Amino acid sequence: MAQRTRATALPVAALVADLSDALSADRVRSEPAEVGLYGRDASVLSGKAAVVCFPLTPGEVAAAVRISRAHGRPFVPRGSGTGLAGGAVPTGEVAPVVIVTTKMNRILEVDPVAKLAWVEPGVLNLDLSRAVAPFGLHFAPDPSSQQSCSVGGNVANNSGGPHCLLYGVTSAHVLAIEAVLPDGSIALFGGLEPDPPGYDLRGAFVGSEGTMGIATRIAVRLTPLPPAVTTLLADFDTIEASAATVSGIIAAGIVPAALEMMDQRITEAVEAFVHAGFPTDAAAILLVEVDGLPAGVAAAADEIGVIARAHGARTIRVATDPAERALLWKGRKSAFGAVARIAPNYYLHDTVVPRTRLVEVLMQVYEIAERHSLLLGNVFHAGDGNLHPLIVFDKREPGIMPRVLAAGAEIMQVCIAAGGVLSGEHGIGLEKRDYMGLLFSEDDLAAQAWLRDAFDPEGVCNPLKVLPGGSRCGDVQQLPPGAWV
Amino acid sequence: MGVSQAGLASVGAFAEEVGRDGPVCVAGGRTQWHVGGEPKPGTREVRAPGGVVSHQPAEMIVRVLAGTRVTDLNDGLAAAGQMVPLDPAAPDHATVGGVLAVGHSGPRRLRYGPARDTVLEVRFVNADGRLVKAGGPVVKNVTGYDLCRLMVGSLGTLGLLAEVVLRCYPRPAASRWFRSVPSLRDPREVAGRVYRASSVLWNGEQTWVWLEGHPADVAAQAEEVLGTAFEEVTRPPALAYRHRLSLPPAAFSRLLAGELSAPGPWLAEVGVGTVHTDRPADVAATLGISWPPRLEARVAALHQELKARFDPTGRLNPGRQVAVAVPV
Repeated sequence: MAQRTRATALPVAALVADLSDALSADRVRSEPAEVGLYGRDASVLSGKAAVVCFPLTPGEVAAAVRISRAHGRPFVPRGSGTGLAGGAVPTGEVAPVVIVTTKMNRILEVDPVAKLAWVEPGVLNLDLSRAVAPFGLHFAPDPSSQQSCSVGGNVANNSGGPHCLLYGVTSAHVLAIEAVLPDGSIALFGGLEPDPPGYDLRGAFVGSEGTMGIATRIAVRLTPLPPAVTTLLADFDTIEASAATVSGIIAAGIVPAALEMMDQRITEAVEAFVHAGFPTDAAAILLVEVDGLPAGVAAAADEIGVIARAHGARTIRVATDPAERALLWKGRKSAFGAVARIAPNYYLHDTVVPRTRLVEVLMQVYEIAERHSLLLGNVFHAGDGNLHPLIVFDKREPGIMPRVLAAGAEIMQVCIAAGGVLSGEHGIGLEKRDYMGLLFSEDDLAAQAWLRDAFDPEGVCNPLKVLPGGSRCGDVQQLPPGAWV
Repeated sequence: MGVSQAGLASVGAFAEEVGRDGPVCVAGGRTQWHVGGEPKPGTREVRAPGGVVSHQPAEMIVRVLAGTRVTDLNDGLAAAGQMVPLDPAAPDHATVGGVLAVGHSGPRRLRYGPARDTVLEVRFVNADGRLVKAGGPVVKNVTGYDLCRLMVGSLGTLGLLAEVVLRCYPRPAASRWFRSVPSLRDPREVAGRVYRASSVLWNGEQTWVWLEGHPADVAAQAEEVLGTAFEEVTRPPALAYRHRLSLPPAAFSRLLAGELSAPGPWLAEVGVGTVHTDRPADVAATLGISWPPRLEARVAALHQELKARFDPTGRLNPGRQVAVAVPV
């Protein structure tokens, strides 16, 4: 294993000068206040960057990578910073250079016949779908943060979203990736043909959380908008009844486009925020969407109604009008903003459990929160078994953080014990790095490290993320100062 | 989904058989044995164990040993009204592990996506004869690096598949094939107007469309979209060609424009870009693409880096090549 980043880096002033020469002075920032903003993402973690830069072209990204390395510093790719697992938090033995792709935000080409588009990494997810809507197409991955998250970030995290239940997560919608590799070279993975030659490096790159390079151009597959869509809102007296309905729908062989659950705490917050007519007295509500051709949609919607009633649904509201559907989805996607009404801070978890075990796992999750005297709500992709327990709190309350973190760890362990996995769509990042051993053996982790090391043999690209200390030759064991898990 | 003791025992025995020393190649049903070149002569041949370990219909996932014949997998799933749309040309012989190691998708890729997207978890035997797991038995998972996709299409050069967990789909209530009258329509225009066809095939003269789903939707699409230019047929055209070419949209447009005159017969998957043929070099030359497909130098170097780490002594499937490198 080659030497990793130098123990001591060159002074920041020289780094800023070189980056300014390669990019332009106004796109290289080193003032402490501004750099401080890039020490965090949307997780509860933080780190410290040396310099933040904003390239405009693949050539500038490559230059930023090479200059970072020449100055003995690792680099951290960053999109919109909406990540929830600390993947974009700057960490390293020495303070890294943060390379931000938000200014590379052009849609380069749309081919409505071949149903694909080339985009730069900073294009926002929802902007892409809006731009191709006139062709009757959309970009199917739809994370709740889609108004602010970037396609480059979606690629890094293999992002999901409610409608991935039917359409699949980001990896199923990425055809090709041009990336700057950790040595500063540029390569193309995948291609516009169905089976590009060689190993599926495109598939390996998607979801690598910015540890194998920086995507600079992305070819995405576009999906036709469905001819018919029906959205159902069912509400229940108990969590058990709503979760059993989810299992019942899947067991009946129905694959809805989306199948989401919100519990009462979340529904109350959301309703106060969007006034969509969500029943705030229900213990839980399900938002179910079916799409496709009219007869299939009608049959599935009927069957879902029957299953929900059989499990004790109180009312079922059917929305076929686009405006009403949009309002219901606005409610669902505003959930994380809406909880700010309950308390100033939240810690959002992301695990997946087998769908037949939703009821028992949810009950355990509530019990954990109660035992730690914490407020917890659930709003999640029930059809995938993708839980998002949300702990809301005020971090100024003395002694609360240890309880929040302890509850989070217990929730994760309960999910693993039920046969689940650590993350469904937010990634491992820093947050769950040290839990990887719960799921994977040393041999498993070594194989993952082989993949990463093939791309980044010297460990300069978003170091210390994803794989626990010791998985990679030469890894530093401890988290950086300022980071807390 | 639990791992049965019998399943554990058989993958363990497979790992032992692969061992740590000497060149070893893995055979499935030998239906695509020519892809990537044959193993070096004298290489010891092993076979992965077969059998469905567990199918949980309510989870819509199945854990299956790599040596299971695709027919046996889908026969097992059919009782619960489910399927895995791998669709190899010879499902009575092809194995699940073989289909995934070769990485060829079936003709329903247009609707269900590529074969790699059905894979949720893999367990493979590494070059040290040890079992490695990646992914997990749930339908959505970003826990760690995506070694599942790296393994699909790797021809067993990075590890030998022992067991996989696959995503199941409901068997469609209606499944019907339609064939156009000769030389009637632009197949891409038809493909664009049919919503979520399972397959659209074209041989330069005729178009076949596979419609699946709710019976009323299938009937309505057949009547309103395909119309009188199509008639229902009982079976699709044979896909038993030895090679497949992978065309980007621009090359596919040249195919549609009739630039491919002589070297038939062939069959194209419209909307996907795959062309099935026995004469890949001739077809490729006509359409201006390279055969065999080549890797750019930087990507080829990454292949070598991967191979050096996963299989430092080069004992896994020696002689097989996933692609040809551009000479540096």
